[in-house]
Amino acid sequence: MALEDICRFKDRHHKWFPFSSLEDTDTSLYMMDYFNLRWRGLRTSEKNSAIPLDFFTPPSANSASFCLPNHSTTVRRPFPLSHGTTTLGFIFQGGVIAAADTRASAGGLVACPAVHKITPIHSHLVVTSSGSGADCMLWERILTREIRLYQLRHRRRLSIRGTAKLLSFMLHPFKGTEVCVALTLCGWDKEAGDCAKDLEDSYFMSDESSSADVTRITDSTSPKSGPKLIYVCSDGARLQGDIFSVGSGSPYAYGVLDGGLKWSLSKDEAISLAREAVFRATHRDAYSGNNVDLFHITAQGWSQRKREDLKEEYYRDMEKRSKDRRGKIKRE
Amino acid sequence: MEYLIGIQGQDFVLVAADNVAASSIIQMKHDYDKMFKLSEKILLLCVGEAGDTVQFAEYIQKNVQLYKMRNGYELSPAAAANFTRKNLADYLRSRTPYHVNLLLAGYDDSDGPGLYYMDYLSSLAKAPFAAHGYGAFLTLSILDRYYRPDLTRDEAMDLLKKCIEEVSSASISRRFHLHYLHLFNLFHL
Repeated sequence: MALEDICRFKDRHHKWFPFSSLEDTDTSLYMMDYFNLRWRGLRTSEKNSAIPLDFFTPPSANSASFCLPNHSTTVRRPFPLSHGTTTLGFIFQGGVIAAADTRASAGGLVACPAVHKITPIHSHLVVTSSGSGADCMLWERILTREIRLYQLRHRRRLSIRGTAKLLSFMLHPFKGTEVCVALTLCGWDKEAGDCAKDLEDSYFMSDESSSADVTRITDSTSPKSGPKLIYVCSDGARLQGDIFSVGSGSPYAYGVLDGGLKWSLSKDEAISLAREAVFRATHRDAYSGNNVDLFHITAQGWSQRKREDLKEEYYRDMEKRSKDRRGKIKRE
Repeated sequence: MEYLIGIQGQDFVLVAADNVAASSIIQMKHDYDKMFKLSEKILLLCVGEAGDTVQFAEYIQKNVQLYKMRNGYELSPAAAANFTRKNLADYLRSRTPYHVNLLLAGYDDSDGPGLYYMDYLSSLAKAPFAAHGYGAFLTLSILDRYYRPDLTRDEAMDLLKKCIEEVSSASISRRFHLHYLHLFNLFHL
């Protein structure tokens, strides 16, 4: 990937992507690099005032072999980074709805009023992001790459649960650092087809007997295909559910969603509920606002609605209220 | 606050956990399962910091399964508990300690039922009854008062219900959905 080349990112010790060490060496050019590698020390850019070019993972208990330079002490941030957001996702009879506002705030500044917080990963998976904008962008790209590589290597698409587990394992070394990523994977699992074995839960030990039984007893309720909504966070939390809202505006969104959500909603009702929830959250939360993005995921894939300005929604709401009030006054 | 409780009887262990997964003030999930089945006769209940619980419990779970695959027979509950404690202790003074509180409930064919209490500082104690969380402060005295080593299953269920009532009524905000698991036959109530 271009980004990876610019960052000179080399997964020297397979800490991040241990799956790449499982493949055959003759099938991938990737592996050739690893064998030719030596530890060359910190490389810095001559042009850009000695910015370190190598992308380090934080020192973990497993890396006893080499000592990293002192990058474990966190660098002080130049300004408060963006954390404010309202994103939500829910499952109903017609699939999955994902909605998010489009404001990126940095402290009290609206850094960008038109950000894309919902990113498609593949035709049947969309991820909503909240937390630090830069971290989310990076991790979405990394996730997209890994999912695509998995698809190319194994000739089948990784399930949503497997994707969530993969993401969670990739984020685990960064627990305790200032990486702040809270993603909601909204997608639709297709039917397994010819692949009978359930690969996601037994990545490191593929075994038929007890391990498969053990995992199956804990989630005997979730079907293998259909809509899925999974929340993954850089703390390590990984939760599958029917309704999630993340971000500073999430309590306000929950208030609207919990009241109005039913399984039997029609597609239009679900979309207007999602829009209403984001609108109410942006009305109250200072760090959410501007526009709302809405995605609808079904068995046929994701479809995106045109971005809507919440200002219009506000005026419509005001109009409705004043009409109600005028109606009430007339009646009295 | 998360809550775990375990009561050992003559030939069974009764364990229960709340079902709420929360993130600061929001309850994100109401049907979250905190029990991890290590083997046919061992259950691990795990609460604590968000990602640590699942990572650590699944690590222990897979290792117990690996032992069975390699050696052809299952680890005893005492061995599993000590293995868990050893892992906790090893990580405790590393840069990434696991902040998890555990209850391990098991039935050994020769030694009978066993309940093991472990906390995030990797202490281990085999106890007739145990609890984790703020609810423990409220219910340990109830358990002290009414527990007997020769409890029948119904009596143990009644004692458990007493504890749960207490936690539900005295707890500040959590809605509790207790999820019982009766170890000997391993069925969900």
